[in-house]
Amino acid sequence: MSPENALIEIKDLKKWFPVRTGLLHALRSGEQKYVKAVDGVSFNIRRGEIYGLAGESGCGKTTTGKVILRLIEPSDGEILFRGRDVTRLKKREMKEFRRRAQIIYQDPYESLDPRMTIFDFVAEPLIVHNIGDIEKNVADALERAELVPPEEYFYRFPHELSGGQRQRVAIARSMILNPDFVVADEPVSMLDVSIRSSILDLMIRLRDDLDISYLYITHDLATANQVCDRIGIMYLGKLVEEADIRELVDEPLHPYTKALIAAVPVPDPEAEKSRAVISGEVPNPVNVPPGCRFHPRCAYAMDICKKEIPELREVKEDHKVACYLVK
Amino acid sequence: MIKITETKLSFYKKRIKSFVGRFLESRLGLIGVFILVFFIFISVFANYLSSYPISATKGNPRDRLLPPNRKYLLGTDEMGRDLATQIMYGGRISLAVGFLAAIISGVIGTAVGLAAGYFRGRVEDLFMRITDIILVIPGLPLMIVLAAILGTSFWNIILVISVIGWTGTARVVRAQVLSLKERPFIESVKAIGASDFRILLYHLLPNVFPLIVAQMVLRIGNAILTEASLSFLGLGDPTIISWGMILHWAFSVGALSANYWWYIIPPGICITLVALGFTFVGYALDQIVNPRMRMR
Amino acid sequence: MLLDVKDLKTYFETRSGYVKAVDNISLDMERGDVLGLAGESGCGKTTTMLAIMRLLPSNGRVLNGSIHLDGLDLLNMEEEQLRQDVRWKKLSMVFQGAMNALNPVFRVGDQLVQAIRVHENVNKEKALKRVEELFTLVGIDPKRATNYPHEFSGGMKQRAVIALSLICNPDLLIADEPVTALDVIVQAQILELIRDLRDKLGLSMIMITHDLSVIADVCNKAAIMYAGKIVEKGDIVTVFKHPEHPYSQGLLTNYPSIKGGKTKFKPIKGRPPNLIQPPPGCRFHPRCPYAMDICKKEEPEMVELEGGHFISCHLKTR
Repeated sequence: MSPENALIEIKDLKKWFPVRTGLLHALRSGEQKYVKAVDGVSFNIRRGEIYGLAGESGCGKTTTGKVILRLIEPSDGEILFRGRDVTRLKKREMKEFRRRAQIIYQDPYESLDPRMTIFDFVAEPLIVHNIGDIEKNVADALERAELVPPEEYFYRFPHELSGGQRQRVAIARSMILNPDFVVADEPVSMLDVSIRSSILDLMIRLRDDLDISYLYITHDLATANQVCDRIGIMYLGKLVEEADIRELVDEPLHPYTKALIAAVPVPDPEAEKSRAVISGEVPNPVNVPPGCRFHPRCAYAMDICKKEIPELREVKEDHKVACYLVK
Repeated sequence: MIKITETKLSFYKKRIKSFVGRFLESRLGLIGVFILVFFIFISVFANYLSSYPISATKGNPRDRLLPPNRKYLLGTDEMGRDLATQIMYGGRISLAVGFLAAIISGVIGTAVGLAAGYFRGRVEDLFMRITDIILVIPGLPLMIVLAAILGTSFWNIILVISVIGWTGTARVVRAQVLSLKERPFIESVKAIGASDFRILLYHLLPNVFPLIVAQMVLRIGNAILTEASLSFLGLGDPTIISWGMILHWAFSVGALSANYWWYIIPPGICITLVALGFTFVGYALDQIVNPRMRMR
Repeated sequence: MLLDVKDLKTYFETRSGYVKAVDNISLDMERGDVLGLAGESGCGKTTTMLAIMRLLPSNGRVLNGSIHLDGLDLLNMEEEQLRQDVRWKKLSMVFQGAMNALNPVFRVGDQLVQAIRVHENVNKEKALKRVEELFTLVGIDPKRATNYPHEFSGGMKQRAVIALSLICNPDLLIADEPVTALDVIVQAQILELIRDLRDKLGLSMIMITHDLSVIADVCNKAAIMYAGKIVEKGDIVTVFKHPEHPYSQGLLTNYPSIKGGKTKFKPIKGRPPNLIQPPPGCRFHPRCPYAMDICKKEEPEMVELEGGHFISCHLKTR
């Protein structure tokens, strides 16, 4: 896949959070400990692609999404957006970047300002970027988010709306500037089941109509299967496998990916039941094991796995794995 | 756009109604309001209510130090001036100092709290250390020293009280900002490209505002007590009458030992009641305003 | 029959009126059944279970219906007898979010001991032995009984809470969203545990959840609730593979699955109704693509289609 196609190129992205230790510990050892939430992640997102980033809690997927938008500052690495390194942008250029890169949050109850009307909330990006024709743009945005008639929503407040409607408002606000790229952080996990598919449907349609790329962050592989084109699996701050979604689900290569897929239950009572292939839980990201992060739980761990971190390599066409088992 | 203002107005009307409703439920708040209305009324209309003109010199020396009687409702001072008049006019100064000091310290405290909570890092460290230093040094002695250095005048007293008094507000505001910053709707304002200034002014400030108001009301009571203390100790402006100054003069003529009780007790009660009034109202406001305002 | 619920009606009294949370539902279970009670939030599934355990909040009223557990009439029983003989002994529950309700200042083992000694007259030693047994049963290393809840991982806490519900060997266990808050792999571990308990102990269960894939994974029977009513029920394969009610069809054909390619979404339009003033007639009619005149006026009856497959829908049961 040629880099020219890539809207976003992430190169060796790192985010380490310093751990605040007590006075005693600081006096004794003096060594700063870090939570290595994102520890050297590299991937590309193409124009108009829905790229999924999946993993269990603590794997660093949400942090990665926020660091890409520089809502959290990266510790290291490059973020190339249309060829330019976002980490080096100055204030005015950052503002332009923010016009083109947006975010949709997980919690529809917390992502809307309770004191603002829907109109003011959706209009705010226009005001920040000095764009006129506010009423029309807001109405268009709400309509595109399937809140019709839009005027009915202008003067309402978030607490008057349902979770699904609020999420649509959030989508309207993120779309109003016609961004190129949207980070969607578990956008439907807090919504009722029967609402989820319509919101996901909306997101896909917006992608089709407006050629937007998404970074779809989720722990739910089932919804990922429904919306993503390609997907990357993260474990403890590292990307362990990346492939086209169908390829990943049908032919997973990394032991962790295999375990994840086997663990997901299927809404078909006659299908194979979910299986817990590995035991234990994701360890604390403060004490990351040496070598391959997954080796303590891996049934096939070899000596080298305990010592050296495997690289993410392309082993099949468009299919990358970070594992010594795979040739 | 007209329609928007209309429904915004009705929203705020509803909020005010519910706020007033909740306030009325607080007995302390009601008592406080009653006390304050009474004293504010007396102070504002002092010139209509008092039967004597307020004057620094005019007094009837033959009527000096008389206990309350039909001619002088609260007795007279050592120059034969009516004390009731002095107390009524004195209220103006005491209340004025209280309000002004509270507003100034409120503004300083809010600015510091917002900056510390939002910018964190070295800015926060600097501000918080200053706050801690001021908090650690005993307040009254520090104010005495400052007042002695700066000189005694109406504005200097206000300055002294403000400069020491902003720390409580700063801490409370900073805590609130820290918690607000975590909420996605604040982060999303940054995500759309808004400047720090916009976030602070249009999003954080409105959300901490109720808290600040509650804090400031409490501060007023505090400021009045402080002014009274400073004036009593002789650090107040001798050319103006405040309740604290009245007590100062009372003591200087030995009112306590000579048992001129009408010279001491009324100003004392006024100070106490007004401070109490503000404390009650501030407490009631704090109860309403405390982050339980999340409308789901 | 282990559990027989008939025509249960549970309303909540609120300032704005009666919330008709559960409106005339009937369920039954045999021993060994694992019944999945599915539906969106607010459909009444948790309320149904609280009514069965008689743990409704003070403004909840059971206005009608009967609940029989193994022949015992639960609704008309004295509170004392219910507490002594039924709750936790024959019928126990894993509440939603229970894993976060463990008391943080007591050791986990001690909390179980406490619970054991409330229900059975045994000394501390015997109780500790029972804790060991239970931990082994649910897959926790018995040595961890001396840990505090914050030292347990999410999955372990959930196992502990399940152990807590099993201390008196109940006949029926009700689990409310038991795996919702858990990570994918931990969820699979707990589902495996549930299947284990079903097979090894012959435990009958009711699984309450909005997640249809979880129900398909462990249950043999399913009941789908909407707005306080059961719209379809039957054995799992029939309901999931041949749903007849438009709501079930809407839910199931849209259900995200890790298997299979991308399906075209056909979302159910609209949203669940206000239960203080639910729509007249069939509660689903405003969102139903097949709504007829009669649907707006008359509530459909629950009718058996064949072999234990019931639905309440005018379209299918004319």
